[in-house]
Amino acid sequence: MNTLQQIRLIWKPIIFFICLLPLLLIISDAFGITGNLGANQIEAILDHFGNWALRFIMIALTVTPLRQLTSWNWLSYFRRMLGLFAFFYAFMHFFVWLVLDKELRFNEILEDLIERPFITLGFTAVVLLTALAITSFMAIRQYMNKHWQSLHNMIYVIAILSVWHYWWQVKKDITEPLVYAVILFALITVRLAYYWKQRQLRISE
Amino acid sequence: MLIRKPNDIRPSEITSEANYLNRRDFIRASAIAGGSIISSGAIGAIMPNSRLAPLENISKSFLSTNEIPNSFEDISTYNNFYEFGLRKSDPAANATSLKPRPWSIKVSGHAEKKGVFDFDEFMKPFDLEERIYRMRCVEAWSMVIPWVGISLAEVVKHYQPTSKAKYISFETLEDREQMPGQKGWSLDWPYREGLTIEEATNPLTILAVGLYGKVIPNQNGAPIRLVVPWKYGFKSIKSIVSIKFMSSQPKTSWNMANPYEYGFYANVNPKVNHPRWSQARERRIGGGIFDKKRETLIFNGYGEHVAHLYKDFNLQRNF
Repeated sequence: MNTLQQIRLIWKPIIFFICLLPLLLIISDAFGITGNLGANQIEAILDHFGNWALRFIMIALTVTPLRQLTSWNWLSYFRRMLGLFAFFYAFMHFFVWLVLDKELRFNEILEDLIERPFITLGFTAVVLLTALAITSFMAIRQYMNKHWQSLHNMIYVIAILSVWHYWWQVKKDITEPLVYAVILFALITVRLAYYWKQRQLRISE
Repeated sequence: MLIRKPNDIRPSEITSEANYLNRRDFIRASAIAGGSIISSGAIGAIMPNSRLAPLENISKSFLSTNEIPNSFEDISTYNNFYEFGLRKSDPAANATSLKPRPWSIKVSGHAEKKGVFDFDEFMKPFDLEERIYRMRCVEAWSMVIPWVGISLAEVVKHYQPTSKAKYISFETLEDREQMPGQKGWSLDWPYREGLTIEEATNPLTILAVGLYGKVIPNQNGAPIRLVVPWKYGFKSIKSIVSIKFMSSQPKTSWNMANPYEYGFYANVNPKVNHPRWSQARERRIGGGIFDKKRETLIFNGYGEHVAHLYKDFNLQRNF
């Protein structure tokens, strides 16, 4: 078995299963197996999916800088899967909000989208993530050619919107949103530094 | 004459199995304590170290709602009490560091009677009542809670405020050892709240010392907390150490933290939205995943008792 086969047949299923654990955990919590959802179940589910969406956005964004720093090029084989999990958890967060929290009340949903800026931010992030998820297939990627990268650079906008959404939603304690903001800032800084260095190299050549 | 049907009996009047077991624990605990309980009136049963000791001589009140109360577990594990951490589960986990006894309460300001009183001494003149109230949090969730407490109107009368007393301010204990959350910078400590004298003397307003017929758990504001059921929950300040009669409007914690989002009055009002979320409906805790939210009522449904306090009052501006 060569390395590529190893990645495809062994490592990808393992990573896939690990990424699925947050979903399995909340389901087993809901049935009281691993824990419980506490007094406010809907809030617990909503927060769980929202948190994991943010974590997966950060994890997916870590792939490229980590690859550049370590030359572990195999990392890039997992980038799409991690990005799709970010979309999956963000979509579940949105879906739970829509169905369980807003009870599909169209007027209320519209009012929230228009009048509550943090909802507007979160909704925009989910819409953009959906666009990235749809265009993540290899065939579409090849069809889109150069435009694919410019569309997928939107992940930085999505990450900023998501952290901002979280920041704006908390009542008082900004510790967790602040942690995400710092991580995101670091990831963007590493990315910019790398491109700046590449440009310098190109100029000097 | 009112003849009660079986379904008129409130769940809180029926001893659940869990409560029954707690009672047995209590009996065992008091046996260990060597029968040191000396009952002197209603308050004598409040024991220093037994957190779930039953309270005695509690009378019912016509002000109680006949809605089904939330479970003791929901009420005592889903709390906002930043002195013990910022997550809802933190107070239940961390409030064991609070020592509700010995406890003293300072009464000061524009009143004839003033001083620092030991908790039991403070409680002595007053009768315990059960008050089953709706509680509406500013975060758009609600509960029904069977408090045990004393009428704040009676307390106010006892200390004889002068004509200068237009407001009452309350303060929570400030002690970083007992309240580890005060090491953080989430709010400006101590927690402060206030009411107008008319609000404080409204028959609905109580100082609660018990829950479900027993001593109030630490995480719910032991040993004594305010309960103002027509206002958002953050007005109902916990673990009170100071009561002051004032001539001007006192500073209050959430209003100091964010005056655009939290007003001094903080009356429950479905038409005045929080800047970041709607207040039109609320989630009743304990309903489960598929329970629908319910409409929020003006003054949390207590309008018949309190609406007159806000006549000629712009509720939009004085939120």
